[in-house]
Amino acid sequence: MSGVIDIRGVEYSYPDGRKVLNGVDLAIAAGERVAILGPNGGGKTTLALHLNGILQPHAGTITVSGVPVAEEHYREVRRMVGLVFQDTNDQLFMPTVREDVAFGPMNLGLTDEALDQRVDAALEVVSGAEFADRPPHHLSGGERRRAALATVLSMEPEVLVLDEPTSGLDLAARRELILTLADLPMTQLVITHDLPLALELCPRSVIMNGGRLVADVTTGDLLEDLDLLAENRLELPYGFDRSTDHPGL
Amino acid sequence: MGAGHSHALYVHEHSVVHRMAPQAKLVAALGMVVSIAITPREAVWAFGFYAAVIAGLTGVSRIRPGFLAVRLLAVAPFVLFALFIPFIATGETTEVLGITVSVDGLWGTWNILAKALLGASVSILLTATTEIPDIIRGLSILRVPALFISITTFMIRYLELIADELGRMRVAMTARGYDPRWISQARPIASSAGALFVRSYERGERVHAAMLARGFTGEMPMPSTEAIDRSQCAGVLMLVVLFAGTAIVALVAT
Repeated sequence: MSGVIDIRGVEYSYPDGRKVLNGVDLAIAAGERVAILGPNGGGKTTLALHLNGILQPHAGTITVSGVPVAEEHYREVRRMVGLVFQDTNDQLFMPTVREDVAFGPMNLGLTDEALDQRVDAALEVVSGAEFADRPPHHLSGGERRRAALATVLSMEPEVLVLDEPTSGLDLAARRELILTLADLPMTQLVITHDLPLALELCPRSVIMNGGRLVADVTTGDLLEDLDLLAENRLELPYGFDRSTDHPGL
Repeated sequence: MGAGHSHALYVHEHSVVHRMAPQAKLVAALGMVVSIAITPREAVWAFGFYAAVIAGLTGVSRIRPGFLAVRLLAVAPFVLFALFIPFIATGETTEVLGITVSVDGLWGTWNILAKALLGASVSILLTATTEIPDIIRGLSILRVPALFISITTFMIRYLELIADELGRMRVAMTARGYDPRWISQARPIASSAGALFVRSYERGERVHAAMLARGFTGEMPMPSTEAIDRSQCAGVLMLVVLFAGTAIVALVAT
């Protein structure tokens, strides 16, 4: 059961009445890695914010590891679901990285040695010992992204939800992040526009468009379905589509 | 600013003062500033004594006098104002360099000058020897209300970010030919201030969401307190007693 996500008929509208989620059904097995793709404004981030109760659905239900995402279970759900936000400056708000990594476990009531062990273990996963005592605004983009990941790993989550994890990273930092994520055993939902990333990390991809799931396929199949990609404003990097001639190839 | 350090006020050194527990330094600094503030202005000897002790501390902290002097420029606006007092104040007058000035005003100037410079020197020494995260930790160990500490923490964390954002907006304006010369051209500045406020507000909401996502329930978790060792207690006590004692003697004597 641990790490299983079950989303049924979830609907959500912004206060101005615009409907962002229009009946989303999605079941994800324990340990599965799923890419969530689709155009801007398709509802991907909104769905992510539902997974640990930051937003509450206006209809439908969500359970994580069998626990309903509802106010009485927020504490438990927020321990189980680690959300890594797109902008690392939103994620890292404490004076030093170490204090930020400790923030979650401290909210769970950990102190002293147990806390230190959690923090060190999380920093170790992201190779973050060398920047642990630095303030977040003195880190490079890649270091900040790894630090942001450590802040949720220290809660020992069963599910990781990553919103655009590779945006703004240089290629080497992107590579390091992918290798780190590929080694993590928990269920992962990766919101991204980076199709090669989806292919490398996630055997399964779902596409969200207009607040609905419009496709749920293997990532390999998706990348061959150029029509489906085009319908959802997705595009293979130039030169990757071998079905047409490219002057440079 | 060194890559590993959090703010421009900090001077990286390995002195006794740098190693002191932040809560001890906070108590000492507060004690010193209060003593300076309550010392009567006529007790010139007391201010000389404070200055000597502060100079000694600066030496022990291995802070260059030049650094202290440059940072002291921050009090310049107050000092400039103080320079006008002898010309404005009334009462008994005297002649200085052939100019008639008020005696009471001269004392007023001296009072502001001495207290502002000495008080500011103490805070400059504190921030030059203590990194900001440590100052915040020290405040929380001293049981400063959690709300105050949270506000300070966030202010320090995001001030730089907001300044960056403002810088980027200015670059974006300049890049499109904005070069204000007249007050009528100030409109874009006003609207960018508004935009900055909205952006900061929205950032606040996103940060709050990120905090909730990690189990925040409305109260900042506090690090467990560590005991400070006795030799530091003694050092702090000595400094505070020295300053407070001087202030009291000065109060009684004048």
